[in-house]
Amino acid sequence: MGEENKVTLYGMWASPFVKRVEIALKIKGIPYEYVEEDLKNKSQLLLQYNPVHKKVPVLVHNGKPIAESLVILEYIEETWKNGPKILPEDPYERAKVRFWASFIQQQLLDSLVSAAKSSGEAHEKAMKEAFEKLTVFEEGMKGFFPSGTPHFEDENIGFLDIVLCSLFGPHKAQEEAHGLKIIDPERHPLVYSWVTALNEVPAVKESLPPHDKMVALIQFLRRNAPH
Amino acid sequence: MANSDHIVLLDYSVSPFAMRVRLALAAKGVEYLIKEEDLTQSKSSLLLKVNPVHKKIPVLIHNGKPVCESLIIVEYIDEVWKDRCRLLPADPYQRAKAKFWADFIDKMVYPSGYKVWAANGEVQEAGKKEFIDRIKMLEGELKSNPYFGGETLGFLDIAFLPLYYWFHTLETFGKFSIEAECPKLVAWGKRCMEEEFVYTSLPHPHKVYDLVVDYKKKMGI
Repeated sequence: MGEENKVTLYGMWASPFVKRVEIALKIKGIPYEYVEEDLKNKSQLLLQYNPVHKKVPVLVHNGKPIAESLVILEYIEETWKNGPKILPEDPYERAKVRFWASFIQQQLLDSLVSAAKSSGEAHEKAMKEAFEKLTVFEEGMKGFFPSGTPHFEDENIGFLDIVLCSLFGPHKAQEEAHGLKIIDPERHPLVYSWVTALNEVPAVKESLPPHDKMVALIQFLRRNAPH
Repeated sequence: MANSDHIVLLDYSVSPFAMRVRLALAAKGVEYLIKEEDLTQSKSSLLLKVNPVHKKIPVLIHNGKPVCESLIIVEYIDEVWKDRCRLLPADPYQRAKAKFWADFIDKMVYPSGYKVWAANGEVQEAGKKEFIDRIKMLEGELKSNPYFGGETLGFLDIAFLPLYYWFHTLETFGKFSIEAECPKLVAWGKRCMEEEFVYTSLPHPHKVYDLVVDYKKKMGI
């Protein structure tokens, strides 16, 4: 990898935000160096590259840092023009994809994070909210798959696919840690079949965090949540 | 194609999110109809139909197709009317920076601003400090340029400008001076206000204050 196109990703193995950047880089066939950050002891470089939020992921391309996962995805799309496109060409279709990606990011993720960090009544309330939002998402997605079932033969996955599987790819680990179904094939059949199909795509499969390690992390976060 | 375009904006004049869309449309010289929603009353059936997920304004309805979320709408406007007055820069890295800071405004600046105009006591005081700290970071991004977009107004200017129109409101409720802390930012705001497409799209800052007082009263905030 020459100096003209040096790409480094600062990340953490369990972060869905980092996952989505990894998957995008793999889909586009972009070689990169990965640096694992200890979030309890962030490196000087990370703090220098993302002084505003001090978070992962940060993509550094030829010395220039880009932060915020959805911004990074769009940067990748615009910079590496060869290879598969992850956003549609039509502005209205792009707006729809961005809308739903934002919904997953802000609404769904928020509820799940609240659930992960709480217990007892607060936890149940957060999970109920998360299910309601999943239903809104399920309904909203029906128009995206005219044939009914999502399938991805040529690894042809896009922006929304990447955002979804980065969050729900490890759903089996999330479900084991929480002791309940998050993506229920009966309640949310479209999302379930979509995530299952995505998890078979090599770039996604390779990026899935190890199951047992993930279960242990979620359980640790729940045990140590403030009451 | 331009002459047969039918564009409706579900709007609320004092909403900083809706203001962004009005600015973008005006910058591009696009004609549109405004349908004002009264946010102190129950939501119209049109709003519930075009934005069933969030039930919020602004919504841009372009030839019957709704686009929601202010920054997504601004980017949509930039992409559809790409032949004039470019809002996002051409360079991917500059675009990423503009989007990063616009996201920062939504995530970090607006919530602090809310504490200043809608809360009081300790919450308001914390909000004031947070607000100033965060807009100072944005001020740093101006560097030696007249606008965030460089020599001309761009995406980030449009994303932030409505908040500048709210400065007077925040200062009055918060009893503090933003200009004392961020003179460069206030100079930028005044510069933007001189542009015709800006002052014809947005209510004057003093009018914003009157509207917010009225809104607070009606909503019991």
